[in-house]
Amino acid sequence: MPLLQIEDLRAYYRTEVYGISRSVRAVDGVSMELYNNEIYGIAGESSCGKTTLIKVISGTLKPPLRVESGRVHYDFGAFEVDMLTIDPEELRQTVRWKEISYVMQGSMSVLNPVRKIIRTFEDIVRTHQGIPNKKLFLEQTQEHVRRLGLPPDVLNLYPHQLSGGMRQRVAIALATVFHPSLIIADEPTTALDVVVQRGVLQMLKDIQAESQNTVLLVTHDLAVHANVADRVGIMYAGRIVEEAPTQIIFNAPRHPYTEHLIRSLPTIGDKSVKASLGGAPPNLANPPSGCRFHPRCPLAMDRCRTETPEMITLSHHHRVACHLVTEAEA
Amino acid sequence: MSASGALLHVDHVTVSFHIGSFIAGGRLMAVNDVSFSLDADRPEIFAIAGESGSGKTTLARVLLHDLDPTQGKVLFEGRDLATIKSRRDAMEFMRKVQPVFQNPFETFSPLRRVEDYLFETAIQFGRAKNRRDAAPIVDEALRLVGLSLDEVRQRYPHELSGGQIQRVSVARALIPKPHLILADEPVSMVDASLRMAIVNLFKKLRDEQKVSVIYITHDLATAYYISDRIAIMLRGYVVESGPVEKVLDNPLHPYTQLLQESVPRPTASEREQWAKHIELGTMEVKEYGRIGCKYAGRCPHVMDVCKQTDPPDVEVEGRTVKCYLYLDDAR
Repeated sequence: MPLLQIEDLRAYYRTEVYGISRSVRAVDGVSMELYNNEIYGIAGESSCGKTTLIKVISGTLKPPLRVESGRVHYDFGAFEVDMLTIDPEELRQTVRWKEISYVMQGSMSVLNPVRKIIRTFEDIVRTHQGIPNKKLFLEQTQEHVRRLGLPPDVLNLYPHQLSGGMRQRVAIALATVFHPSLIIADEPTTALDVVVQRGVLQMLKDIQAESQNTVLLVTHDLAVHANVADRVGIMYAGRIVEEAPTQIIFNAPRHPYTEHLIRSLPTIGDKSVKASLGGAPPNLANPPSGCRFHPRCPLAMDRCRTETPEMITLSHHHRVACHLVTEAEA
Repeated sequence: MSASGALLHVDHVTVSFHIGSFIAGGRLMAVNDVSFSLDADRPEIFAIAGESGSGKTTLARVLLHDLDPTQGKVLFEGRDLATIKSRRDAMEFMRKVQPVFQNPFETFSPLRRVEDYLFETAIQFGRAKNRRDAAPIVDEALRLVGLSLDEVRQRYPHELSGGQIQRVSVARALIPKPHLILADEPVSMVDASLRMAIVNLFKKLRDEQKVSVIYITHDLATAYYISDRIAIMLRGYVVESGPVEKVLDNPLHPYTQLLQESVPRPTASEREQWAKHIELGTMEVKEYGRIGCKYAGRCPHVMDVCKQTDPPDVEVEGRTVKCYLYLDDAR
């Protein structure tokens, strides 16, 4: 059984102002599975719906974001949870932070600026589990932090006394206190320097390898996915357009969008001219008909303008939604 | 290269800031003894790369005459920036040196139409008397960046995509026909599929408009792609500079080596190399106050001398390296 099964998920932002209703279809027909013991990378440009997808699967959606249809089902081994119907109190007590935790970009928003790091640990542990023995809690927290390779002294510092990379590593330490089944990392290293980014991602990889849990890594930076993820899903305009093991995505992409993204990445040692894609990412309030990539696709056919391509599965768990591939395979 | 024939000549520039309280404070050397020159006859893209806190934006402020250096001087077309005092001289300088900033949504006010900025620039710098005269000039600049006045007319910043609006800000910089464009992280806010359009634009400006570009970035991959020469900064110092292929294909300074190796490659075949464990400094801020080489605390080749005095600039293999390791090679 996969850890997480998402079936045909649709989540829209619906607003009604002065009688004019508007819906932004941020996630529109996503189906995917996450397995135990893997790092799954989601790549996509800004406003492709990746953050909305995370909000739904972590159960943190708020109006005007609403789930229109679909299924988000977790199997944590000991118990199963349907994210779209679970009672909020039960979610808080049994799932949040214990089974699903979250590391976000710029951890200043997780760490309270006027409290020492240890107090933030205390808050989280007290909320989700309670602290019957304070001395034991202190010892365990120090041990946890030390095991992740951080100096235990950081616990007695305030967030502003730490560098950006250190703060982000503290956020990862916070996210792993209960050894969750799923860690969602949303752009965890985007504001960091390359050397620090490398250190933070190495730490995340080590934790995953040790605890054999699942990491959902969301970043627009394909080079990070190439080095960290086991499988990668490419999102475009609210849909996953291609998904495959990392090697395949980078060596043999099939969707024209993925192909373009990978081909246009500059890299040290390569001075050949890289072309840019015309047009701009679509507005999700009014997305293009048919395949949403067709206005920018150099290979678009008539069919692409009217018909939405189905996701088809090729060999080696390679899934892609493109009429060209469907026709080539048929 | 003589200082008089240069477009821009940066001569031992140092900028220090006072930090802490009035009584118990210290000095922070944000830019430390930086020198380089851009040739007037041969337009080029010169990259200044470094991590956050390396002093690259402070250096940019000096080059834009927004901040006076504590020591040293900057000559632009032979004229010392310190002698620019009158409004007329300042306008003349701004006409020739134009900036492009990181976040185009901050550059443009959300309450104003973007075209207003373009018309204003054209009129301010004397290229047109009124809006009607300015229209063809504005249109010409927009066409250079792959847009047109009709596409931009009556639009507010939020109605344009990140890539489009960044191209508008490059077009704005082109209106006064500058000799030098200083771009501070111009693509870090732009989406991957649109990023190369902006990057390629700078190449086109160099080749077709003969404009030199100073490209300030933390992204070594795009720096490699577009620039001719590169200077790597660390805590205020330029630690290695030279032709970009030499510096990044085969870095010599231990810091450049670490930096180059840490850039994740967009292929799935070099994962092992990148996964090699690295030490992270816990208190990066302290490196500023370090005596001698700023990298000595993390350097695998550290020697006693590195911790005592600043390393010299050594010319080796066609580039300049600030490191004791290469002192013998140079002799």
